[in-house]
Amino acid sequence: MSETGGTGIGASVRRKEDVRFITGAGNYMDDINQPGQTYAVFLRSPHARAKILGIDASGALATPGVVAVFTGADLAADGIGDLPCGWLVKSRDGSDMIQPPHPPIAVERVNYVGEPYGIVIAETLQAARDGAEAVVTDFEDLPAVVDAATATSGDQLHESVPNNRCYDWEFGDQAATEAAFAQAAHVTSLDIVNNRLIPNAMEPRAAIGCYEAASGDYTLYMNSQNPHLERLVLAAFVQVAPESKLRVVSPDVGGGFGSKIFVYAEETAVTWAAGKVRRPVKWVADRSESFLGDCHGRDHVTHAELALADDGEFLGMRVATTANMGAYLSTFASSVPTYLYGTLLAGQYRTPAIYVEVQSVFTNTTPVDAYRGAGRPEATYVVERLVETAARELGMDPAELRRRNFIQPDQFPYETPVALTYDTGDYEASLDRALEHIDYARFAARRAESEALGRKRGIGFSSYIEACGLAPSQVALSLGAGVGLFESAEVRVNVTGSVTVITGSHSHGQGHETTFAQVVSEKLGIPFENVEVVHGDSGRGDYGLGTYGSRSIAVGGSAIVKAADKIIAKGKKIVAHNFETTDDRIDFEDGVFSEQESNRSMEFGEVAFAAYVPANFPLDELEPGLSEKAFYDPGNFTYPAGTHVCEVEIDPETGTVEIVDFVAVDDFGLIINPMIVEGQVHGGLVQGIGQALLEHGVYDESGQLVTGSYMDYCMPRADDVPSFTVDTTVTPCTHNPLGVKGCGEAGAIGATAAVMNAVTDALGVKELAMPATSETVWNALGGSGAASGAA
Amino acid sequence: MYRFNYHRASSLAQAAELRSGADDGVFLAGGMTLIPTLKQRLAAPTDVVDLAGIEGLSGITVGDTVTVGAMTPHADVAGSAAVQGAIPALADLAGRIGDAHVRNRGTIGGSIANSDPAADYPAAVVALNATVHTDRRDIAGEDFFLDLFETALEPGEIVTSVEFPVPARAAYAKFPNPASRYAIVGVMVAELDGAVRVGVTGAGPCAFRSAELEAALAGGLSAAALDGVSVPDGNLNSDLHASAAYRAHLVAVMARRAVAQLAG
Amino acid sequence: MEVTLTVNGADHTLDVPDNALLVELLRERLNLTGTHVGCDTSQCGACVVHMDGRAVKSCTVLAGQADGADVTTIEGIGTADALHPMQEAFRECHALQCGFCTPGMIMAAIDLVQTSDDLDEAAVRDGLEGNLCRCTGYHNIVRAVLSARDNM
Repeated sequence: MSETGGTGIGASVRRKEDVRFITGAGNYMDDINQPGQTYAVFLRSPHARAKILGIDASGALATPGVVAVFTGADLAADGIGDLPCGWLVKSRDGSDMIQPPHPPIAVERVNYVGEPYGIVIAETLQAARDGAEAVVTDFEDLPAVVDAATATSGDQLHESVPNNRCYDWEFGDQAATEAAFAQAAHVTSLDIVNNRLIPNAMEPRAAIGCYEAASGDYTLYMNSQNPHLERLVLAAFVQVAPESKLRVVSPDVGGGFGSKIFVYAEETAVTWAAGKVRRPVKWVADRSESFLGDCHGRDHVTHAELALADDGEFLGMRVATTANMGAYLSTFASSVPTYLYGTLLAGQYRTPAIYVEVQSVFTNTTPVDAYRGAGRPEATYVVERLVETAARELGMDPAELRRRNFIQPDQFPYETPVALTYDTGDYEASLDRALEHIDYARFAARRAESEALGRKRGIGFSSYIEACGLAPSQVALSLGAGVGLFESAEVRVNVTGSVTVITGSHSHGQGHETTFAQVVSEKLGIPFENVEVVHGDSGRGDYGLGTYGSRSIAVGGSAIVKAADKIIAKGKKIVAHNFETTDDRIDFEDGVFSEQESNRSMEFGEVAFAAYVPANFPLDELEPGLSEKAFYDPGNFTYPAGTHVCEVEIDPETGTVEIVDFVAVDDFGLIINPMIVEGQVHGGLVQGIGQALLEHGVYDESGQLVTGSYMDYCMPRADDVPSFTVDTTVTPCTHNPLGVKGCGEAGAIGATAAVMNAVTDALGVKELAMPATSETVWNALGGSGAASGAA
Repeated sequence: MYRFNYHRASSLAQAAELRSGADDGVFLAGGMTLIPTLKQRLAAPTDVVDLAGIEGLSGITVGDTVTVGAMTPHADVAGSAAVQGAIPALADLAGRIGDAHVRNRGTIGGSIANSDPAADYPAAVVALNATVHTDRRDIAGEDFFLDLFETALEPGEIVTSVEFPVPARAAYAKFPNPASRYAIVGVMVAELDGAVRVGVTGAGPCAFRSAELEAALAGGLSAAALDGVSVPDGNLNSDLHASAAYRAHLVAVMARRAVAQLAG
Repeated sequence: MEVTLTVNGADHTLDVPDNALLVELLRERLNLTGTHVGCDTSQCGACVVHMDGRAVKSCTVLAGQADGADVTTIEGIGTADALHPMQEAFRECHALQCGFCTPGMIMAAIDLVQTSDDLDEAAVRDGLEGNLCRCTGYHNIVRAVLSARDNM
């Protein structure tokens, strides 16, 4: 681990938030209770697709302790609107994507197992559960559409969506790509399934809706990655309450990985219901509900081709993907397989022509939306599986094939054929470092050693890129986003000189209280301990966009820097006033304001005090106080990139894959806290490895989720994964004040392809379905066709 | 959980009485299966009779045989120097059940009485031809497991201990379910009274002896004797995690690994 | 039903429903909310506490089963000013991110160190199979446990 002393930028400062977490004093959703609260249990569809013919709640209402039962019709009658999708994607013919109605609580039809169609509110959780069981619902079961690949020919699920097709999107230059393929010496093609994943943040989602009759104010406590956006959507679209009358508070959040970005039925319903029953309404998901009700991730079916010249130069790439949206369009679902996917298909390479077609389809499954990486892991998987396969087919070293096609350091800024402009990077530096760490030169010897022991060894690479720091609002809006993607910050200098930083970003494990404090401490030259970071409360900070897309430091951190710069500027004015000079004659360094060519200076704390005890301020030029706000809108995405290398050993008798070595070398630009960054990489890697080897959200033909608990959904455990070698190279981001790129998703983006490239290398097969479970691998080795007793 | 009445019995007689007096009573041992089942509302007993307060149901006695009290947690068996000395394979098996926390609460009596097809202990009960002692009688290990979640126990009958003969040698090999950590396949190979016995769990509806593997090993415990030996997959379980064919294959592989342990 | 037990050194006699779980007693009656519930199938380990000196999943113990027991929770092993060596190691090694699995993980890790000889990386990974963490990838948790092993 990198060790740098001090508490400023670049130091592995131990986290501020940890003491409360390790002593059990964290404040998570289920730890919060409101006086007089009631408990909600949702009625959830047991069917993948059914008509609701009737709901008889009389049994529930007769159950002791039950306060109320509401159905979708009650919400609809009260003017509660649909849950909207915030990103408009257009089909190739220019038409808008089709967004089917998505009532928070289903009214006439249910479209996936677990879809809420009612809410039972009671004095106790036990009574609410009893009441929910006493509701008798008459369903007319309908045949379900489960498989994305064939969804367009299945029964039509939504009246407004012919062929179950949400949109049919294309991107890139088709003619140029066809021309590239026409002159190719070699074409590598792959059929790829990017398996459905279930996010599984360890803290289940939860919400408490509160209503104060005297003021008409609603307060919603929930574990959200973006409480302001939640408030906006609930106010402006769902119309639960006016924005000014709704406060959303998100306390300590136990992980999110995307699943806590979205606006869901449950928080909508409990907030609305609180106004109806005039008491707080609390709901905490149990894990079984999380499996059914939290948005899932990935679920793509793709055919991809790479055209190469005979020397291995990439000439073009052609990709056709069907993306499963699940039953409805979740909050950002439409953007994931399009603008967060197609735009990344250049990877780290100079591929001159790229064409991608994506059709998104509806099925009778839980809605699919962003999950750690969101589109970028899927893109990386396509590109890096293609490149590795091409190298094998051409008999080239996969590392060298990559090197030959990398965008070179002197080519930045580099405009890709899929609309992005990479600002900076040095891809060979990461590759070289990774090869060194893995000791690539000795791989053949290690493989021979494994073979001598009857084991199959393989190595796989993944040179990924991601677009992070979401997002330049102008770009996002022009591509169909419904919101800007800036971030807000307030740096509030208190009278005594301590500083409160209020950010629109919101940590759900990333350590913002520490990292942002490091930034402000360094910027203002004040002790780290004197900086307090506040987040997650729409009542305390300005509208902000939250935490996802590896955006917190790049966008949120930059906003904080901007606000801190304003503090310094204001401080200079105050000092200039005190010294009876002009602010251009005041310098600021290490927490001290000093007059040029003089020995007069003021400490930061003195300036703070002076700001709030304004002696003789020229009030028309200089206001009292020292508190500044800023909104930072990035000029471009950031482009973290790196090379991951995985080495596996396979037990051919059982098909079990063991990761024996894993190296990740990433370029995140400048780094504020190396310890935290390494931790982000470790966690991402295991999610990427989990996708490759363990995790799979599986539905049966009738649309029942087969992997609905930890008994069947295979979460990575400590003994499934190795320790990692994690290293960084640095090309600072050119367009934000901290030179940072973001690190939260890289592990999950890069790892999956590296693992599968290693597994297919070990097996000597071209394609293999994820997850590469022991049985899948055993079958790839000819298992079921071989005598079971054979060694 | 549904509501139920919780009772802590202080004697076998009282336990039996509490259960028979209830509309729908169940015994509670370690609770590692029962409590999750109750939490999911998959069972609705009126009365839960906890056996933890009954003297003499917990503990390990090692002499000519190894007797494990029904309420003895797996961790005690795994950590017992006496068991490790007498039947190391039994201690090894117990140390691989579930996870550490499950082993601290789960008991042998509860495990076998439930006859979960993926539980580990049944492999040992069958392979070592243990005697299951109950409050009414003794049941031979190989007669104990009848089917999926079905044993020879009569309603209200309580397992008091399980007595394992000490084999000349034995070994257990397990292929765990990657998600739940139950056995997809667990195989115990034992040499007992001059005969080789192979107990298989995880693969079928309940634990069973494998005639094919025993026949192959009859001539001696060598891994080579299992080369080319296959197990029929007709009756084996098939699920998301392993097809019947794969399970059949794993039975042979695990058997070979157990035998290899003995050779090693 | 009346349950008498000792929690973090303090004696309590509480009237609870027959179907109450130990974790509900701890969280809802004693306000010891450091013990978390992360699943409903007894798999995740977020609820691990020590009962009579052993790590157990408090979501899979009925309150009645804990009658007479001595229970220690995350709140009982150290304080902000006097951290337990395992707590200190978790902080020092950055073995937590969101913190939700952390109390159970720490309680499991303490039990693991106390009941194991020759704890190496493989043994730590094996010993923690009953505790899920979605944030850290386990890398730093393993480092923390090995580091605390030397300080406990």
